Amino acid sequence: MQSPQGVRPPYTEYDEWFSDQDAARLSKKSKEAEAFFRRTGITFNVYGASDAEERLIPFDLVPRIVSNKEWTKLSKGIDQRVRAVNAFLHDIYNRQEILRAGIIPTELIAKNDAFLPQMMDFVPPGDVYTHIVGTDIVRTGEDDFFVLEDNARTPSGVSYMLENRETMLQMFPELFSKIKVQRVSDYPKHLRRSLASCAPQGCSGRPCVAVLTPGIHNSAYYEHSFLADQMGVELVEGHDLRVVDGHIAMRTTRGYKTIDVLYRRVDDEYLDPLTFNPNSMLGVPGIMDVYRAGNITIANAPGTGVADDKAIYSYMPDIVEFYTGERAILKNVETHRCSEPQTLKYVLDNLADLVVKEVHGSGGYGMLVGPAASKKELSDFAEKLKVRPANYIAQPTLSLSTVPIFTKKGLAPRHVDLRPFALVSPNGVEITPGGLTRVALKAGSLVVNSSQGGGTKDTWVLED
Amino acid sequence: MLGKTAGGLYWMFRSLERAENTARLIEAGFRIALTRSNDAETEWKSVISTSAAQIAYEQKHDTYDSAQVVNFLLREADNPNSVYSVVKSARDNARMVRTALTTEVWSAVNETWMLFSDLLKNPVHETDLPGVLATIRQQSALVRGALHGTMLRNDIYDFCRIGTFIERMDNTARIIDVKYYALLPAPSFVGSRMDNVQWETILRSVSAHQSFRWAVDDDFNASAIANFLILDRRLPRSLSFCTAQIVSNLDYLAEQYDARMPCHDLADGLRARLKDRDIASIFEEGLHEFLSSVIQDTANLGFQIEQNYRFNN
Amino acid sequence: MQLQISHTTHYRYDQPVDYSLQKVRLRPKASELQDIIDWSLIIENGKLETSYTDHYGNHTDLISIEKGAQDLTITASGTVHTSDTSGILGKIYGRAPLWHFLQPTPLTTPGERIKSLARIVSNGENALNDLHTLSAAILKTAPYQIGQTQADTNAEEALQIGSGVCQDHANIFASAARQAGFPARYVSGYLMMNDRVDQDASHAWAEVHLDDLGWVGFDISNGIAPDEKYVRIATGRDAHDAAPISGMRMGSSDESMIVSLQVQQ
Repeated sequence: MQSPQGVRPPYTEYDEWFSDQDAARLSKKSKEAEAFFRRTGITFNVYGASDAEERLIPFDLVPRIVSNKEWTKLSKGIDQRVRAVNAFLHDIYNRQEILRAGIIPTELIAKNDAFLPQMMDFVPPGDVYTHIVGTDIVRTGEDDFFVLEDNARTPSGVSYMLENRETMLQMFPELFSKIKVQRVSDYPKHLRRSLASCAPQGCSGRPCVAVLTPGIHNSAYYEHSFLADQMGVELVEGHDLRVVDGHIAMRTTRGYKTIDVLYRRVDDEYLDPLTFNPNSMLGVPGIMDVYRAGNITIANAPGTGVADDKAIYSYMPDIVEFYTGERAILKNVETHRCSEPQTLKYVLDNLADLVVKEVHGSGGYGMLVGPAASKKELSDFAEKLKVRPANYIAQPTLSLSTVPIFTKKGLAPRHVDLRPFALVSPNGVEITPGGLTRVALKAGSLVVNSSQGGGTKDTWVLED
Repeated sequence: MLGKTAGGLYWMFRSLERAENTARLIEAGFRIALTRSNDAETEWKSVISTSAAQIAYEQKHDTYDSAQVVNFLLREADNPNSVYSVVKSARDNARMVRTALTTEVWSAVNETWMLFSDLLKNPVHETDLPGVLATIRQQSALVRGALHGTMLRNDIYDFCRIGTFIERMDNTARIIDVKYYALLPAPSFVGSRMDNVQWETILRSVSAHQSFRWAVDDDFNASAIANFLILDRRLPRSLSFCTAQIVSNLDYLAEQYDARMPCHDLADGLRARLKDRDIASIFEEGLHEFLSSVIQDTANLGFQIEQNYRFNN
Repeated sequence: MQLQISHTTHYRYDQPVDYSLQKVRLRPKASELQDIIDWSLIIENGKLETSYTDHYGNHTDLISIEKGAQDLTITASGTVHTSDTSGILGKIYGRAPLWHFLQPTPLTTPGERIKSLARIVSNGENALNDLHTLSAAILKTAPYQIGQTQADTNAEEALQIGSGVCQDHANIFASAARQAGFPARYVSGYLMMNDRVDQDASHAWAEVHLDDLGWVGFDISNGIAPDEKYVRIATGRDAHDAAPISGMRMGSSDESMIVSLQVQQ
């Protein structure tokens, strides 16, 4: 909120309001919000937690505020990147021009577990691969945005974007009459429209959309049911579905009903036991066959993971340029590929200053934050690196910008990232003005993942 | 609607109804244990057998000690019918069918679960028991109120109601059946203290001790009580009331889906057995035989509904 | 040569089956080696749900069983005109790039035994000869024998067991050829054996890509190059990709399968 010149412009009005507030009232509001989340069941399950309890993601009541100017630049950059990712996926599963042109080493695709051969020589309905993208972005200074991850598989967190806003509206209605904030509440409507516009060609009438969840024990189940509810579509599990007349259909009280577009929140590996992991109980046998026959749309398309692993990430500026003919608007964090021996040496020598991530990792698991690690952690990690260097990339620690959070001792600065959500359809890319702001609650910490003790806050994009 | 969703709604409301019924059973049993400690063991045994948990109970426990039975019925996680287990199951089902529920209904169930997982964390002390049991009944009423007050009257509502009344029908029939001997018109015992206690327990088990006094212009006697619990359509827990509700909700479904199913015929058959009957003819048929077959028919009806509306594969 | 083929797969279940799916690759594709004169797929007690061309260009059909049935019969039959090109298919490519056929799969991940066999093949001018030598060496190390390996036995395991059927031979060969640096793939199809009309089972062999010749076939089990007695049905990186039928079913019923196959001129 602060800059050397005082309060940063987008925060001016909020700051005026905040200085009039009574700290005790805010504390009370904060507790109310938590009780509301718990009662509504906005929780996530933690994998590996012994009691399998449902936890709340801590909510901070100070919004993160983005000016319209910043947002315009950001959304242009995301739009460009998302278009490039889709063009890349189309290419990589068809003619592979980018490999022929030598922009990306073939090995990177050939040895990539997320590359699904079953997607080769096939174009999904509407030529859309990533119907929903959640790009993770950090800000390091005025107008300096870096993309951390492209999240092209099944990005989660959009329910928090919506619920956090709803909570703020209920807690501080007066703020919204004072400050003009762009709406996020149309997201579910847009999501449904966007998904429906990607229906298979043979679909006549209003496309039937459904959300596929692994079930109530999945960590993001709340979000699955929330989105199905908000879109007004069915929330289905694998065992509700079967192949009927060459289509995927859901078992209803009146018989089987064809689904045209399936927004699936089940990973590729578990999607179809007939084609992938035969032991999967979460998937739908035969869905890949129906998909290739052109009778259903799967969102996101299987195999999109090949575009968002961290080794491909390092080539994103080239990918953007190859497919759009433009320089990338958003910067990439400098990325060292440990698969290259010279680089590995550099990374090992400078481990204490770097962040090291698994190429296919997510959720902040299996990652090393050099500056925060103990000597023992550093040496243990160095051993892992030496065993499977190709499994890791390393990045410098960025001097992330901070935003204020509300603590017992008043406002305090914390590191954040931002995940805006982009919807892709044959009609273009649509980005909701806002997103999920994740915040590291520990002072100085850079890890914002909810599974690692991060929190969330509302994200405001100002009008004008 | 998904078949799974219909099943989830049905089971969610069966579970909630079961939680409430179990609380009533404990309450009635607890009363006897307090006032007539000599009969406590027998009384608890009949409570356990009413909740169809005799085998499960006897696998774990040798005696019918008050605290033990109460704990088993309230809290034990490996008793699938304990209040704890059924509320958990209701809440799991509610999560599964959440998109079919209004926020009010969902919040009421979720709150109930949060409340009970806290209340039932440790064994409930005797002095706290009445309070806990009252809370169970109140929460159940809260969910029911949210259902009535906020849900559309469509197939979703019908499946909720059908689940409630199938469970209630089964429960009332069991309560009477376990003590049917006390209701048999055997002149030599009429009015004995023993019978009075048993009758009152039965009425309390279905929260009908007050309404009996209000509604029935008759002496406190076996035949009047049996008539009230089985045939009186004013009592919301009588068999007659339950069948009428089931038939009416099934009829709404038939209308909405424009299709009658085999379950409709079963339900009509069950209602026909209770309509225009007098209690004497039921005693004639044999009260126990009558109740056993009602319990069986109710189970069959439930099974048929599951099939016809594709709850499962 | 004109070949008449009739291939029936009959499944029996000890209980009625509520739901089951079979992914079927039983329709040959036309190529330099074969013209399809006529071909049909007949299903009894089941239904063709949908058809498509998979990522290796294989015609694929998805079949479901009729609810409650205890039998399912799938008959593929027709007439194919074949030519003898000494096993050379040539420079015919689908969308799957050559580098893809250099990657191992779970069934063809090389272990020490395959790596050692692969050393037979040098990457020089004698590659074709070396590959024939490799083929012979595989047959010697793991002679043809039914019943020692299963459908999910991987290449390295088959070598360890020391015997195998055509499926194992083709998996091992593909694995070893890749190890030696050559794109390789698995082929499933039919072979007319001269001395009989009734064949025990459908056949499998392998193809390797050589820069000068394109794709070249090797029938490891018979130690020869595929000729006009061979009909190619499906290809892939291993036996799983090119399996004529793979399926799943719900419930606990036991399945038994009877195959009858006639190939004749």
